[in-house]
Amino acid sequence: MLRYLLRRIGMIVPTFVAVTFLSFMLIRLVPGDPIEVRAGEHGVPPERLAEFRHQFGLDQPLWKQFLDYEAQLLHGDLGTSIVTQDSVLHAFFQLFPATIELSVCAILFAVLVGMPLGVIAAVKRGSGFDYGLMGISVTGASMPIPWWGLMMILIFSVAFGWTPVSGRISDAYFIEPVTGFMLIDCWWSDDAGACTSAASHLILPTIVLGTIPLAVVARMTRSAMLEVLSEDYIRTARAKGLGGARVVVVHALRNALIPVVTVIGLQVGSLLSGAILTETIFSWPGVGHWLIESIQRRDYPVLQGGTLLIATLVMLVNLGVDMTYGFLNPRIRR
Amino acid sequence: MSSTASAPVQATGAAARPMPGTLRLFWRSFAENRGAVLGLAITLVLIVLALLADVVAPHSPIEQFRDYFLTPPVWEQGGTARFLLGTDDVGRDVLSRLIFGARLSLLIGIAVVALSLAVGTVLGLLAAFAGGFVDVAIMRMMDIVLVFPSLLLAIVIVAILGPGLFNAMIAVAIVTLPSYTRLTRAAALSELARDYVTATRCAGAGPLRLMFNTVLPNCVAPLIVQATLGFATAILDAAALGFLGLGAQPPTPEWGTMLAGALQFYQRAWWVLAFPGLAILLTVLAFNLFGDGLRDALDPKLRR
Repeated sequence: MLRYLLRRIGMIVPTFVAVTFLSFMLIRLVPGDPIEVRAGEHGVPPERLAEFRHQFGLDQPLWKQFLDYEAQLLHGDLGTSIVTQDSVLHAFFQLFPATIELSVCAILFAVLVGMPLGVIAAVKRGSGFDYGLMGISVTGASMPIPWWGLMMILIFSVAFGWTPVSGRISDAYFIEPVTGFMLIDCWWSDDAGACTSAASHLILPTIVLGTIPLAVVARMTRSAMLEVLSEDYIRTARAKGLGGARVVVVHALRNALIPVVTVIGLQVGSLLSGAILTETIFSWPGVGHWLIESIQRRDYPVLQGGTLLIATLVMLVNLGVDMTYGFLNPRIRR
Repeated sequence: MSSTASAPVQATGAAARPMPGTLRLFWRSFAENRGAVLGLAITLVLIVLALLADVVAPHSPIEQFRDYFLTPPVWEQGGTARFLLGTDDVGRDVLSRLIFGARLSLLIGIAVVALSLAVGTVLGLLAAFAGGFVDVAIMRMMDIVLVFPSLLLAIVIVAILGPGLFNAMIAVAIVTLPSYTRLTRAAALSELARDYVTATRCAGAGPLRLMFNTVLPNCVAPLIVQATLGFATAILDAAALGFLGLGAQPPTPEWGTMLAGALQFYQRAWWVLAFPGLAILLTVLAFNLFGDGLRDALDPKLRR
C-alpha cells in the first residue's frame, strides 16, 4: 500500500510542476503588460517603467523568473490582487467555504434523489417509470446551466416569490463567519430566522448545480444495479427465500455502490465548472463568482492564483479517490 | 455472431429485397432505440433550418424594429403574428435569431469536433505507435489538461486569446482534446496486438500506412460515438462561454450570447430568455440521444 501511495504521489509531482508552469505563463500571455497596467495610463517615463520592471524581476531571463515564481509558491505567496491589493491565497480561502457548502449540498441532493430513483428504475426495468427516468436523465445531462438557473429564478423567485433571487443570506441578518459555512455558523449563532434565510437561499442553487450530477448518478446507479441484479449471488439470496426489498437494498445496492462512488468522485471537476456558472447566476459569493469577476476586471493575478489553487485541489481530490479505491480494491495496488 | 444467427432469416427475405448489408444491419439495431431516432430527426431538422436560414427566417437576425421593443410571443396578450416568438429589447425578431443561431451552433459543433478529433486522433495514434517517451509525454500532457475543470480552462484560454466566437471554439476544442486522444490510443493499442497488423507489417507497410490505413479504420466506431457526444459538449460549452461574455459577441445571434443579453429583461420578458435556452437544450439533447443510440448500435458487446 505504501509503495502504491508513493508511486501515485511521484506521478503527481511532474504534473503539478507543469500546472505551475502554465499558471506562470498565463500572466505573461494575457494581453496587456502587467507593469503598464500597474503604472496606469498616465504617461510614466520609460526609465520609471524599466525601474518597475527590475523591481518585479521582469527583466530577468524567463527560466530565472520561473524559478523565482516556484520559490514564491513554496512560500505560500500566490500573488496579490491588482484591484483589492488582497493576497490571492487569503481571498481564496475566505470564499472557498461558500463554494464547498454549495457543492456539498448539490452532491447530497444528487445522491439522495438520484440513487433511489436509479434503484427503482433498475428493479422495474423496461417499465414506464424506467423509460421516464432515463428520458429525464438525458435531459438533465443536456441542461444549459445558465438557462436552467435563470428559469428557476423566474419561476420560483419572481412568479411565486418562494425563494430569494440571489446571495447567501438576507441582508437583515449578520452572522459572524466562524467556519465560513453559512448553515453551520447560523446554527451556531442560535438564530432560527437566520437559519431559515440561509437555507432558503441555498435551495435553488443546490438544485441547479445538482441537476447534472443527479442525472449522472441516477443513470449510473441504474446500470450498476442492473449488472449486480443478474449476478448468481442475487439468485442465491432470492432462492434462500429472502424478501425482495432486502435482496435489493442489502445484497445488490451495497455491491452496486462502488462504481457509483467512483463516478461521484470523478464529478469534482465538472462540479466546479458548474459552480462557476451557478455562482455567477445567483451572485453566490464563492470562488467561481470571484474568478469570473476577476476576468471582467482584468485582475489577472487573481485568475492565475485561483486557477492554480483549483487545479491543485482537483489533483488532490483525484489522488484521494485513487487512494480510497486502492484501499478498497487490493487488485489495483500491484 | 449476430450475422450467422440471422443468416437463414435473411435468406428467405432475400427474394423480396436486397441482402442486408452492414448499413442495414446497423440501421435495424439503431432504429430499435426510439430516443436515438428522435435525436436523429431533430438533428436533421436543425441542419435543414440552418442551411435554409435565409429562406425560412421571417426577418433578418439583426434588423431592429423600432416600434416593437419586447413584443411578447403571438399567443400572449399584445403579441403579433409578425413576430411569432416575440422580439427582444431592441426589437429584433427572436424566432429569426434562433434560426440563424442554429447555423452558428452547428458550425461551432462541426469546427470544434473536427479540430479536436483530427488533432486527438493523430496524437493518440502517435502515442500508441511510438510508445516510450513520446507516449508518456503525450498522455501526461492530456492529464494536465484534465486537471483543470473544463470550463475554467476554456475561460483561461479565452482570457489569453481574447473573447470572440473563433477563440471560444479553439478553447473548447483544446479542452475536449484528451477524450479523443485517450480513446484513439486505447483502441489503437488493442488493434496493434492483433495478427492482421503484424501481417501487414510483415508485408512491408510503412508506419504511416499502418497508422492511417490499417489501424485507424478499425478504431473508428468509438470515435464516431465520441464525436457525436462531443458535438453536444461543444455547443453547451460554447454557449456557457457566450453567456459569460467570452464567446460570440453581440449582436451575433449565438444562443448563449442571447441568454446573456436577456439578463436585464428576463424578469418582465420571459420569452427573451426562455426560447434561446430551450433551443440549446433541444439541440444538445438531440445529439446526446443520437450519440447514445450510435453507441448501442456500434458497440458489438451490447448487440444481441
